[in-house]
Amino acid sequence: MDTTTPPFFHRGPAPLARLTFFVSLSILLMVLDARFRYAEALRQTAAVIVYPLQRIAMAPMALLDNAGDYFTSQISLKRENDALRSRQLQAAGERLTLDSLRAENAQFRRLLEARQRLPRISTFAEILYSGRDPFSRKIVIDKGSQQGIQAGLAVIDDVGVIGQVTRVYPLLAEVTLITDKEQVTPVQVVRNGLRAVAYGGGGGNSGDGTLDLRFMSANADIQTGDVLVTSGIDGTYPPGLPVAKVARIERDAAYAFANISCTPAAGTDQNKQVLVLSQEADPPPEPTLAEPAKPAKTRRTRAMDK
Amino acid sequence: MPFYGQSKRILLPVRPGFMVFTVIVALLFNLLPWRDVNGLPDLLALVIAFWCVHQPRKMGIGVAWLLGIFMDTGNGALLGQHAFAYAVLAFTAITLHRRILWFPLSQQAAQILVLLLAIQLLMLAVRLIAGGAFPGLAYFAGSLIAAVLWPAATFILLWPQRRPENVDANRPI
Repeated sequence: MDTTTPPFFHRGPAPLARLTFFVSLSILLMVLDARFRYAEALRQTAAVIVYPLQRIAMAPMALLDNAGDYFTSQISLKRENDALRSRQLQAAGERLTLDSLRAENAQFRRLLEARQRLPRISTFAEILYSGRDPFSRKIVIDKGSQQGIQAGLAVIDDVGVIGQVTRVYPLLAEVTLITDKEQVTPVQVVRNGLRAVAYGGGGGNSGDGTLDLRFMSANADIQTGDVLVTSGIDGTYPPGLPVAKVARIERDAAYAFANISCTPAAGTDQNKQVLVLSQEADPPPEPTLAEPAKPAKTRRTRAMDK
Repeated sequence: MPFYGQSKRILLPVRPGFMVFTVIVALLFNLLPWRDVNGLPDLLALVIAFWCVHQPRKMGIGVAWLLGIFMDTGNGALLGQHAFAYAVLAFTAITLHRRILWFPLSQQAAQILVLLLAIQLLMLAVRLIAGGAFPGLAYFAGSLIAAVLWPAATFILLWPQRRPENVDANRPI
């Protein structure tokens, strides 16, 4: 039982005053976070406090996974092993030719005095959870700044590009998927080398993610089924990684631009293992005359934004 | 039976340790590694609303705000989004706590549903202004589920207070 003075008479500021204070504080934080990214220090501090809880919350799922592994039957293991072996054989064949092609390519590049493509170091990571935030499309992986992950790195799976690391904590990192509404990926059509910029279609966390190619003129040479790969112009993604496949094109004479939507190549919602690609040692030089399409595009994009 | 309620029964004083424990469990539930499930109930909001209604002097707007900051960090949401919503929720629940407890449990749940939907709408508005995508109507199912859980929450969270300190067959509590 309470033996101290009953706190009826001193209850601090009125609830409305407190509400006003905390609401203005939240609005300030939201503006700082959304517009200027100044709130990172507070976020990092809170993240350190929440991290043990997150780990505990992760434990039952990890336990289930381990139990599942333990009870995997021998038949399914054998089957998986066979499949993997046959895939490895196929890959080995391609690899042998790849080595010679790579040497040949390096020689050609030397001949042309083009920039050498440097190998990237990749870090293996597992998806912890796919963000409970229903307004954006993000996943959280189990590697952070302690393992050398930085914001801005590209994340791929065995099929293609998944997204980009956008926020790094000491032991975790947040990856924004290419299907997020705010995420932009520079792409190229494999068939004819046409460059474009793919915007995420958004659509919430459980909706089927799509990508949009905006600002493609209505008569652009693009067809349903075209495969889009990264163009590598930005230096974030290595060139040639599959991004998406064109699913639907609407050309309307009333608009200057075609309405193109694509389905992502990588299973952004299914895979558990991903690969984080490190940055190339030297960032690519500023676009020069060799790439005339890029400046024209950005100017057009900016004009559209206004 | 117009005036129904738990107030018929004299409850033991709440133990602050139990309040902290329930809040942590609810936060843990919210941090579970869900994979692409829309329309999950926000148990932390439910627990905050519960303690604001039942213990308005022990659960405050400031605590709710801080829990919201933790939610924002854990979920990677806009920093301040949940904090804003939970502060408003705590204020409304504290303001209405006498009125809510006047009703039977099912009608309490209906009022809580309105509160939870209101803060979801608030968060939706904030995120749409900040440039997020509309998550679909399934998002609001979370509030419905949480409101359905209100009677269960009442039963579980008041359970330690319903125990008599020493059992006596002749005494009503």
